[in-house]
Amino acid sequence: MLKINNLHVKLEEEDKQILKGLTLEVPAGEVHAIMGPNGSGKSTLSYVLSGRDGYEVTDGEAELDGEDLLDMDPEVRAAAGLFLAFQYPVEIPGVGNMTFLRTAVNAQRKARGEAELTAGEFLKEVRVKAAELQISPDMLKRPVNVGFSGGEKKRNEILQMAMLSPRMCIMDETDSGLDVDAMRLVSEGVNALRSPDRSFLVITHYQRLLDHIKPDVVHIMSNGRIIKSGGPELALEVEQNGYADLLAEAD
Amino acid sequence: MTGTTDLEVREGVDRETVEAVQNMGSYKYGWNTEIEMEYAPKGVNEDIVRLISEKNGEPEWMTDWRLEAYRRWVTMTEPKWAMLNYPEIDYQDQYYYARPKSMEEKPRSLDDVDPKLLATYEKLGIPLKEQMILAGVEGAEDAPSEGRKVAVDAVFDSVSVGTTFKDELAKAGVIFCSISEAIREHPELVKKYLGSVVPQSDNYFATLNSAVFSDGSFVYIPEGVRCPMELSTYFRINAENTGQFERTLIIAEKGSHVSYLEGCTAPQRDISQLHAAVVEIVILEDAEVKYSTVQNWFPGDEEGKGGIYNFVTKRADCREARAKIMWTQVETGSAITWKYPSCILRGDDSQGEFYSIAIANNWQQADTGTKMIHLGKNTKSRIVSKGISAGQAQNTYRGLVSMHPRATNSRNYTQCDSLLIGDKCGAHTVPYIEVKNNSSRVEHEATTSKVDDDQLFYCRSRGMDEEEAVALVVNGFCREVLQALPMEFAMEAQALVAISLEGSVG
Repeated sequence: MLKINNLHVKLEEEDKQILKGLTLEVPAGEVHAIMGPNGSGKSTLSYVLSGRDGYEVTDGEAELDGEDLLDMDPEVRAAAGLFLAFQYPVEIPGVGNMTFLRTAVNAQRKARGEAELTAGEFLKEVRVKAAELQISPDMLKRPVNVGFSGGEKKRNEILQMAMLSPRMCIMDETDSGLDVDAMRLVSEGVNALRSPDRSFLVITHYQRLLDHIKPDVVHIMSNGRIIKSGGPELALEVEQNGYADLLAEAD
Repeated sequence: MTGTTDLEVREGVDRETVEAVQNMGSYKYGWNTEIEMEYAPKGVNEDIVRLISEKNGEPEWMTDWRLEAYRRWVTMTEPKWAMLNYPEIDYQDQYYYARPKSMEEKPRSLDDVDPKLLATYEKLGIPLKEQMILAGVEGAEDAPSEGRKVAVDAVFDSVSVGTTFKDELAKAGVIFCSISEAIREHPELVKKYLGSVVPQSDNYFATLNSAVFSDGSFVYIPEGVRCPMELSTYFRINAENTGQFERTLIIAEKGSHVSYLEGCTAPQRDISQLHAAVVEIVILEDAEVKYSTVQNWFPGDEEGKGGIYNFVTKRADCREARAKIMWTQVETGSAITWKYPSCILRGDDSQGEFYSIAIANNWQQADTGTKMIHLGKNTKSRIVSKGISAGQAQNTYRGLVSMHPRATNSRNYTQCDSLLIGDKCGAHTVPYIEVKNNSSRVEHEATTSKVDDDQLFYCRSRGMDEEEAVALVVNGFCREVLQALPMEFAMEAQALVAISLEGSVG
């Protein structure tokens, strides 16, 4: 599904190298977690994969289903099945949440040559999915993320994920700012979406999210590279001992 | 209307916006209808003024009124205080009168409307039924109509070419016709109210209009009548080098109610065309008028060549107690916009509202805003202005709020937001506030922001292309104003916002 090979990325403005030869493969149907200390380049990885401006790829490649991801505009990546759940979802004043969602869903369908959803079809689907995430009809009408609590914003990201049915989901610290109940809701939402032809890359600081969303593989990232990969037990090791030992081992 | 249907309609609007962005190339209305035109000679003088008056079959008092205005105009100078830069206008190098030749033989007979003219209406999106009525098709009035009824008075260059639904309006006692017809058929009303809100001497452009206006619309809503349908005028400038000087007069008698829509388009030309209109609205006790404009005249090309120079005077006089006016405008076109729809709040407890979206892209310049003149006690006004600048454009909000000594306990709230796209455009806010009593309150809020890269990236990461993303964010910015528009206009306006910002990013 997602294949990243020897990826080198620097910030355009500061001429600062962030990713230094990152290699990673997420096969179809698997959930991979990336953990790592602050500043290791986790968020940069998610932005580069989704096509945000401001980063320059100096070497390496990233492919989605064999297609060169780095060459595509962000909207083309989205239509190809890539989704990023933002760490800080963006507010868009005046644009109804529902309008935003429907515009997005139909833009992707159109790009893929599929028929657009009618208002009725869309409404039916969004209501069911919103209810599962305990998103109120009121929240669907309010402007995108404006005045949403931290938990509401993250649930809204998962709703978008559910409506857009991407094949490759990247979640950037989706657990940050969530209380226990919100974490459970978000995790249930994600678990419901797990399927043999959908993969997840879950970026997190903490093991506790991984109690809810059970990963197949855990990667430890430091200084722009993956320094160790293993099973779910690797996350428990980090939880108990911190990163120090792992970092020392890598050096 | 239930919540569901309401929502579905709104959802539909956005799909159309997106389609509009994708389907349209440059200026959508950049076509020219090849209809033979009859012109008066170029330039303006007393003979031309007399000729226009004669062509319209006007009585002597009207000719005299025009001449009086003309004589005043030659003594006046063009105002230069607006933040607008344009080459000197040669007023003698314009045509002041042009009309389709097919109207000449049997003027005002709908049977003789040129089929090309009807094709023009079709391109403008005038509903089929109204086209049939305009064409004088027998029984057209009884044909099933598509959706909500809107009566249309179309002004093609200088001449009004027909008013639809006249009979149905007549049953309600509403008069909706061209101003030239009103001058002939209802002289007592025209004499009483013409120039009573915007006097002949008001300003350079209004005075010129008073002398040479060729046609326009007239609306009279009798006491206590709620107009059974929305009234609409389509103005269109088609002939080359013609100024369009239309004059609109709306009279709302006690307790009456009317919603009036004005839509404008003009074909694409590389020579600038002059437009100087006057709209006067008289609102009596407890009456309410809603006046909505969507203006998408040719704004000039990407290098700033051509486009309409739009110098317009619009004013409503809330003459008696509890009268209410609401102006809503979406200004996306014209190379130059000079326009300040104003409210005179003369009656006690009268109310004025002004909602505006002004978009300036490429080399467009807009200097627009409103005046709220509070004369009566307990009067209220509200101003919501959304200015969007892109390309090299300059967008100025200029507004006056004036509380006179007698206007005790009056209130104004002004909200003035500017949005910038790119780094070569400008937004300016020039508020004038005068308060001459101690019990009134004036609030002014202003913000300036840029279209945020994070917002655009967020939209694009969800699958929208860059132009869809900009259109969505900008439509969100304009939401309060779009909501103030009648539904049909809101859809058109959303699509227009998207179209007029094409190519503004990337």
